[in-house]
Order: sequence, then structure tokens, then C-alpha cells
Amino acid sequence: MVLKPIIVYFVMTKAIETRELSKNYKELKAVDKVSLVVEKGTIFGLLGPNGAGKTTLISMLVTMRKPSGGSAKVNGFDVEKEAGNVRKSIGIVFQDQSLDDELTAKENLEMHAAMYSVPKAERGKRIKAMIKLVGLKEQLGKEVKTFSGGMKRRLEIARGLVHHPKILFLDEPTIGLDPQTRASIWDYIKKLNKEKGITIILTTHYMDEADSVCGKIAIVDQGKIIASGSPRQLKNELGGDVVSIECRNSEKCRKQLEKFEWVKEAVKHNGTVNIRVEKGEEKIPKILAIVNKQGIKVESVSLRKPSLDDVFIHYTGRTIREQEASPGAAMRLRIKAWGHKR
Amino acid sequence: MNREIEAIYALWKRELIRFFRAKSRVIGSLGMPFFFLAILGTGLSNAFILPMEGNYLEFITPGIIGMVLMFGSMFSGIVVLMDRQFGFLKETLVAPVSRASIVIGKALGGATTAMFQGIIIMLIAFFLGVNFQIGSVLLLLLFMFMVSVMFVSLGITIASKMEDMHGFQIITNFLIMPLFFLSGALFPLSTAPEILRVASMFDPLTYGVNGLRHILIGYSDIPFTTCFAVISAFTVVFIAIAIWSFNRIEE
Repeated sequence: MVLKPIIVYFVMTKAIETRELSKNYKELKAVDKVSLVVEKGTIFGLLGPNGAGKTTLISMLVTMRKPSGGSAKVNGFDVEKEAGNVRKSIGIVFQDQSLDDELTAKENLEMHAAMYSVPKAERGKRIKAMIKLVGLKEQLGKEVKTFSGGMKRRLEIARGLVHHPKILFLDEPTIGLDPQTRASIWDYIKKLNKEKGITIILTTHYMDEADSVCGKIAIVDQGKIIASGSPRQLKNELGGDVVSIECRNSEKCRKQLEKFEWVKEAVKHNGTVNIRVEKGEEKIPKILAIVNKQGIKVESVSLRKPSLDDVFIHYTGRTIREQEASPGAAMRLRIKAWGHKR
Repeated sequence: MNREIEAIYALWKRELIRFFRAKSRVIGSLGMPFFFLAILGTGLSNAFILPMEGNYLEFITPGIIGMVLMFGSMFSGIVVLMDRQFGFLKETLVAPVSRASIVIGKALGGATTAMFQGIIIMLIAFFLGVNFQIGSVLLLLLFMFMVSVMFVSLGITIASKMEDMHGFQIITNFLIMPLFFLSGALFPLSTAPEILRVASMFDPLTYGVNGLRHILIGYSDIPFTTCFAVISAFTVVFIAIAIWSFNRIEE
């Protein structure tokens, strides 16, 4: 009797909860038994290369695609049995543009408000508030086709918020935008989360951006979540320092260093070898001595704390960019491009 | 229920805003029917022995109105494909409204703009000297509305099955044009070769054109009650098929 309210309370602290959620396209497991919990009020990042299954995962959470297996709850509603309630309680910004170019910003927002049955008396007020939030007040009456990519993105964020969702999904919100616009989009997202307490689920493959924005992240690779936690936690778990050596024969260099017990990990990437060690400043002379002995010419050496990129390499054995070329990923991308079931 | 009606209204409004905003589209859509009437209608005036009183222009005016209704509505239906290509379709598909409402909103919007074009053509024909004998304006509007909804639904069905705009040319050349030519819009079916007459019976536009002809100038190759019954049936069936196909779009 006493337990029930407590259980309800715990259930309600979760914005999202999935159990072995899967999506198969014939032989391909686009999403492979993902169990995931996102607490309310967090900015949660799904990180991974293109074709890792991030978009498919999100599509299932927003009820656009039906899961092949497992279950998912969004705001406490089952994505299959209570799709309508899920839809009412979330906002979505898609990876690709989804505005009507021929309508004005205002018309786009009004249309959205009507489709989500925002009370008529509220519409004007909310549209004003949201458009102000994303800094497009001056553009309200202009046709969307005159907007820049960044402005369209901001308008889409405003649109996704008009019906006051509890969760906002953002699929690659900054893809294809210039660095300055990217930074401003992230500022809006952070502001939203802080001021309105909205849970934000986003996907990106910009590791540095995820690092600075997300409270929690999950690394997705080949349809699976291979690591999750706060960015700091993930980086700390890796521990130590990263010594980066730029040199001529980087593969030979990597192989030589790999043998030593104090080298936790050595990975090569574009003529650079990243060596993960404890107390990096003490290891630099040691490393240089070893490399010199092999007659490998070193161009530069740097010492840093592990980044999310290093975390990614650690778990997947590759960098986020290299992964994009793998055949599995290419197939996933093709399926995404079709996106159409007959 | 209220929610669905609001969504239908919003989608209907969108179709209207889009249609009237693109001035070139409005003018472009009226160009071809205008030339059909003004050039073909007068140029061929002595080429046919008509089974009715009145001139050839009067004979083809209902046919051209039928054509405008079909072209206009088919196009609004096929615009679903453009919505998909430009991403807007996703926004409607994830909204908390039923797919049926989306189809109905689109169909009503497309039908409204098609009817608007049809009425403009009627006015043009009037100024070209066509002597209309409209029995009931209400019946005319209802009939035009049904024909339009039927073809928007056909357009939506086709768009739901197509991947991109590449197939659009095929649809125009191998579906829209034959439907138009077979319908008896340009020549009387009563004097056409047997094979054409039989084929035209399978063309929904035949009933649309003849129904309009009956309402507008009081002549028809087919009894009006038949036209009305067939068009009503086609409209209901086509909209059901459109909803069913639209429901199967997964994204």
C-alpha cells in the first residue's frame, strides 16, 4: 500500500526507459537489444558514427517506427500501445529539415500548434515566447525559404516546443551548420534544459560538443550501447593521460610501444599515435627513447587528458570517422535513406 | 474528435495558403485549359457533328472543367511526395492525429483549390460565349467536389506508393492523359468507335465529364443518375484506398 506511491515516483523520474529494444531490417540488426534509462531533466547524448543506429533508435522512441522486439516507455507511455500519448508529450527536431518552405515561420508554428491541439487562446502567446527564445522574432512573418540553415534549425526547435513537451528529441541538431551557428544552437539547448527543465535527447557525432553539453551520454556502435555515463565518468574510467606522437612510421611506432606493460593502449590515427598511460609527463622521455632507438623520426609530442574521442576509440577500436566507412554502416545508411516500408 | 477536426482544418488551410501564394502556379494551372477552350474549342467548331444543340465550345467546356478538376486534384495528391522529399511529411506523420485525418485534410484542401480552378475556367468559358444552363448550383458544387476528392485520393495513393518524383512523368503520360482523352471530354462518345466507348466506361473521369455536361448544358452521353452513382462510389472507394495506403507509409 505504501509502496505504490513510491514506485510511481520512481517510474516518473524516468523520462525514457527501454528494455531490449530492437529493430531488424532483414538480416541487419539496426538496433540490437538496447536497454536504456534516461532520468528526467538530463541532456542525454547518443553518440556514434553515422549508421550506428542512433536515428533508428530515436525513430522508435518517437513512435515513427515500430520496434521488432523489446519495449520502450517514453514519459511513462508505451511507444506501441500508447503512441498518441507519447506523441503529445514529446517534441522532435529531425535530422533533415521538416519545415514547409512556402509557409512563413508563423504559419509553420500555427499549423504545428493546431495539429497538437494547443488551446486557441494560448497559441499566439506561446508562439511569441518560443520564437523569442530562439531569437527569430524579426523573421516571424517571413517565408521559411528565405531562411539560412541555422535559422531553420532554430525555428524547428521553437516548433518542437510550442506544445510544451516534456522531452525534446534532437537528431543531429548541428549537422551541416557552421561552427558559430553550432555554438549558438547548443546555447539554446542548454538554456532550454536549464530554464524549462525539459529532458533533452540528442544524437551527434561531434564528440567535443557532446562533451560540453551532455550530462550523460551513451556510445552507440553497430546497434548496441557499448558504454554510458557522464562524459567525465567515462573519461575518468579510461584514466591516466594520453600522449600523442606525430611521427613518420606510425604503425611501427605503435607496435613497438604496445608491448610495454605500462602502455594501457596505443592506437594509430592519421599518422598520429595516441598512447594511453598513467603519469604522462614521466612517460614522455621513456617513449621518446624507445621510438628513437627504432630510428623513427618524431615530428611532435603532446600530452592531454583523455577526450571522448579516446573513450570512443577505447570501446570500438576505431575513431568515429573511420567507422563510417565500414560496410555494415553503409548498409545502415542505405536503409535509412530509403526509410520506407511497403 | 475535436483534435482531429482541428488538424483537418490546419491541413486544409495549408493547401490554400500554398496554392494562392504561388501566383505562377495559379496562372500556370489555368494556362492549358484556357488554350484548350480558346483555341481548340473555337478551332474545331466545324469538325464535329454534335449529338446535341449548341457549338463545340459548349460541348468541351464541361470536359475541360473535368480536366482541370482532375489535373488540379491529382497534383495536390502527388504533392505528398514533395512533402516527403522536403521533409515536411515527417512533421505531419509524428503529430498526435490519425493518418485518416491527414488524408482527409489534404483531400479537402486539394479539392477546394481544384474547384476554385474549375470555377475560374467556367467564368472564362462564360466570357468566351458559352451559354450555361445550370439547373442547380448546389448540385454542381457537390459534383465538382466529389470528382475532386476522388482524384486527390488517387493522387495520394500514387504518392504513397512512389519513392520520388522520377515517376511523375510516367503518371502524367500513362495515367492522367489517357484518362482525360478517354473520358469523352473532347469528342462525343456516342459516335466514337466501339472499342473506345467500352474503354471509356472504365474511366472514372468519363462519369465526371458527362455528369458535369449534364449539369452545365443539359446533355450527357450517360444518364446523370448513373454518373452520380458511379462518382459517389468511386469517391468513397478511392478515399478509403488513399487512407489505407497512407497508413502504410512508415516514415
